[in-house]
Amino acid sequence: MIALGQFLEVLIGGLMSGVLYSLVALGFVLIFKASGVFNFAQGAMVLLAGLALVRALDLLVANGFPLWAAIVLGIAFAAAIMATTAWLIERFVIGPLVNQDGLTLFMSTIGVTFVIEGAAEMIFGSDVYPLRLFPTDAWFVLEDVFPGGILVNKLDVWGALIAGILVAGLAIFFQRTKTGRALRAVADDHLAAHSVGIPIGWIWFVVWLAAGLVALVAATVWGTKLGVQFSITFLALKALPVLIIGGLTSIPGAIAGGLIVGAGEKIAEVYLGPSIGGGIEYWFAYVLALAVLLVRPQGLFGERIIERV
Amino acid sequence: MLYREAGQFKTTYVEDMAIFPIRQDRIALAVLLGIAFIGVPLLATFHIWPFGSDYLLWAILLPFLILALAAIGTNILVGYCGQISLGSGAFMAIGAYSAYKLVTGVHIPLAWLGCAISIPPLSVLASILLGGLIAAGVGILFGIPSLRIKGLYLAVATLAAQFFFDWAFLRIPWFTNYAPSGSVNAPELNFFGLIVQSPIERYLLCLLLVTLMALLAKNLVRGNLGRQWMAIRDMDIAAELIGIRPLYAKLTAFAVSSFIIGVAGALWAFVYLGSWEPLAFSIDRSLQLLFMVIIGGLGSIMGSFVGAAFILIVPIMLNLIPAELGVPLSTETIAHFEFIIFGSLICYLLIKEPHGFARLISIGKEKLRLWPFPY
Amino acid sequence: MPSIACNALILATVASGVVVSAPAAAQNEQFIPILSYRTGPYAVNGAPYANGVVDYYNLINERDGGINGVKILVEECETGYATDKGVECYERLKSKGPTGAAFINPLSTGITFALTEKTATDKIPIITMGYGRADSKNGAVFPYNFPLLGTYWSAADIAIQHVAKELGGFDKLKGKKISLLYHDSPYGKEPIPMLQVLAQKYGFEFTPIPVTHPGVEQKSQWLAIRQNRPDYVLVWGWGVMNSTAVKEAAAVAYPREKMIGVWWSGAEPDVTPAGDQAIGYKSLMLQHGAGKFPVHADIEKYVYAKGKGSTDSGKVGEVLYNRGVVNAMLGVEAIRKAQEKFGQKPLTGEQVRWGLENLNLSEARIKELGFDGMLKPIKISCSDHEGTRDGRVQQWDGKSWKIISDWYTADEPLIDPLVRDVSAKYAADKKAQPRECSKES
Repeated sequence: MIALGQFLEVLIGGLMSGVLYSLVALGFVLIFKASGVFNFAQGAMVLLAGLALVRALDLLVANGFPLWAAIVLGIAFAAAIMATTAWLIERFVIGPLVNQDGLTLFMSTIGVTFVIEGAAEMIFGSDVYPLRLFPTDAWFVLEDVFPGGILVNKLDVWGALIAGILVAGLAIFFQRTKTGRALRAVADDHLAAHSVGIPIGWIWFVVWLAAGLVALVAATVWGTKLGVQFSITFLALKALPVLIIGGLTSIPGAIAGGLIVGAGEKIAEVYLGPSIGGGIEYWFAYVLALAVLLVRPQGLFGERIIERV
Repeated sequence: MLYREAGQFKTTYVEDMAIFPIRQDRIALAVLLGIAFIGVPLLATFHIWPFGSDYLLWAILLPFLILALAAIGTNILVGYCGQISLGSGAFMAIGAYSAYKLVTGVHIPLAWLGCAISIPPLSVLASILLGGLIAAGVGILFGIPSLRIKGLYLAVATLAAQFFFDWAFLRIPWFTNYAPSGSVNAPELNFFGLIVQSPIERYLLCLLLVTLMALLAKNLVRGNLGRQWMAIRDMDIAAELIGIRPLYAKLTAFAVSSFIIGVAGALWAFVYLGSWEPLAFSIDRSLQLLFMVIIGGLGSIMGSFVGAAFILIVPIMLNLIPAELGVPLSTETIAHFEFIIFGSLICYLLIKEPHGFARLISIGKEKLRLWPFPY
Repeated sequence: MPSIACNALILATVASGVVVSAPAAAQNEQFIPILSYRTGPYAVNGAPYANGVVDYYNLINERDGGINGVKILVEECETGYATDKGVECYERLKSKGPTGAAFINPLSTGITFALTEKTATDKIPIITMGYGRADSKNGAVFPYNFPLLGTYWSAADIAIQHVAKELGGFDKLKGKKISLLYHDSPYGKEPIPMLQVLAQKYGFEFTPIPVTHPGVEQKSQWLAIRQNRPDYVLVWGWGVMNSTAVKEAAAVAYPREKMIGVWWSGAEPDVTPAGDQAIGYKSLMLQHGAGKFPVHADIEKYVYAKGKGSTDSGKVGEVLYNRGVVNAMLGVEAIRKAQEKFGQKPLTGEQVRWGLENLNLSEARIKELGFDGMLKPIKISCSDHEGTRDGRVQQWDGKSWKIISDWYTADEPLIDPLVRDVSAKYAADKKAQPRECSKES
């Protein structure tokens, strides 16, 4: 019974932290779907959004604003920063690079990563800034069934809820709104979309803005978990296997990928790790992704890759 | 007028197939090699400006040469064969740690067979080259998925190699000869009795190896194999239809590329760092190499050198300039500016010339040919 | 014509040469390089330390007009905690100033490993106060390495001593479970051999648990800890890993009182992000803790009052700031000692090395310097480059660090055989002939 309880605990913990990776992966998917850009800067964008939010919050609270007002204004400020970033990236990097191949675009987003990291630290500081928007303690459920109960972290639950709402919202946005339809049109064929009068520059701005806002949401959760600091940028590397397993173009895929990676790596680390030295979860996620790709080269939910000569 | 091949007649096929068929190119190359092989050592021996201190040799030229070699390896895979890899750092690590194991002697007890594999300590040069070969073997292994996985998906899949080997060299004490901290030291660099120690000797050693390897790579990509790689890169299905075997072409690209990267890794560890830990070959190194290749120009050996120089030297320059100009900026601000300017420069270059410096060079040549009336 | 780009390349390298060989300033200056990291994942901890170092050098220049009249000239170089950048910085700075670098202090175990051989060739001492390679305590094999005030092996021993004291005696350690949660790098691995020796000696069960750099994800490690219920968890982290460990411990309801961090896991940035969850968390002290001492009054008077401070004055007196100050002081005192022998002029690294090896700070001298209560007397010798191996334990009460223990001294007879073994292996690898300490004055 103890073993089962522990296994459930690891499984649930893993699934939940996988969803937290999904929050970051969603931003990647949005941009890849609409513009074919593999956006390495997503991690840096989470850092930027987090720093903008937490610094604004601290300043407002210090100046006597009530907490709720500070949170609303802080989020508005961070959103404005993300909008500016989205505009700058679209205007100066992605716009001019239209029609380049995927690798060039990918590398340009690494360039963008450097710029964002440098600028964010220069403007907002390079210290660690605590952010407490969500509770971080834990529930112990089913204590009468399993000795010690099963630990469920409240922050993880919040993260899962937010991710669920986010995915639902994005799905509605993509399927039901005019802009959403335009987005899908651009994603399918941007030249055709352009010729029927869809403003491509605007659409790309919207996509980057959406990714920026997703980054902001991820920053609220991850900032609470870690404190807002530079290391948040490393989340990009944790989100990549999630992305690959789910498929680069699928929003629900990002969530599914997160669940698989999270559960897989935690179970591997706890049960396999001790016998081979531990610390395996980093590469285990990637090996998992590799295994999935060998079976389905476009990820679980990605669009089928059709090649023609 | 200076750069015009009019009047240079080729009378044999051999002449036509030379690496540098144009006389001016040959002269330029000879001058360059002369500077590298004779000029630099002379200046450095007599401490003539700008070689007043070891800085230029130790901190610029040495890493430049080794990383340029690694960039050539990466370029063969990414630029010539079109297989995007983010695992170059791992292959450098494999080269480094294999060479370390070979140079200190390998002993693998096979208890269930009642015997053991024992290799006595090998010489440094043999270890470095064998380290490259081992990297090539592992490269082939990790190249197999490329037959099925393509493009950016493959890039992420190669990260599996990167993170796995980061972990393996950190966690498996056998690789580090059970060093308590997991950090290992390079052996004495003894090349047939010649002990390479001073910066200038290290520089010459690397220069020699890099020149040889670059020549090898250049000839490979001009030949049958290189043409197969490029056909695969341009469109693999079409290449298959005209009779190129993707299995053979892709795996040879992985093998050759990993061999060169592995040798570069061994040099990086033995000659440049002297003592290292897996972090020296982290994902950052892989990204750095990919940058060198892309900024330098995909599918260009010369581009790899220029790219390596750019990616290595520009951040250092950006870091040095404010202090030398006497701009009163804090170290922190300078570092932030370095990031911002470097990132912007990369984006700017990618926008202005997505094919990298190699393309700029060929445009320059075209213009020179039409000089004094270029258009 | 490939030479266009290549000429550009040579121009570029030449230009950087110009930059390097800029003329040295006034001749009566002692050059000290500072390798710091104020950006990147470890900036949170690197910046306050660097501030302390810079402020103390400034204090010496402003208050005393230098070391016996020899002004200190510093230059900072940003390493970002990356080994290759650290090597580049070292090469850039090692021969600056009239006599080259006096000593170097990389504040990174990785860079220390990479520089150990180079510094010995260049004859520049490398001070690794409270970090670096533990075997470099043996000055016979490592003449240029100075792991002053404590190595990780001393730290491991002190931590176990404190655990024993809390349990009520060394005999109580038997059968207990102690885990080490460590940063998966040479830094984090360094204490393991010592802890294994201790586990064997006292009969406790020792489990090392690695955390992958940079340590943002520790859920599985802490779930494993929750299942194994070790009696104590030692934390060997740096940067974000520390605060994450504290938070995850709170999430799995592991008592923070049972966590003991090394002295690099016991500063303000390690606990403040965790808020109230960090209350009760303990850490070792590299002798000093947080707080202000007479030297801080001088720093405020001579440096901050003149607007030359390098941080907010509110951060003066934090743990890592203080560590920077102590580190700079020991370096300055070594130079002062060397000046006694070689004269009051800028000294070379080799001369400063002599000063370090003969450094002897008495209690009276420490008081005179304004470090009373921060440091115990320290005496370096050829065979002992550590000098002293004392430590205390502090506990976070939600607002500040409180010292909760008396002084512990690491068990030298236990550590020494390990030091000898490992350093002898290094000497054999490098085919180096160790000095004979007994023959040197």
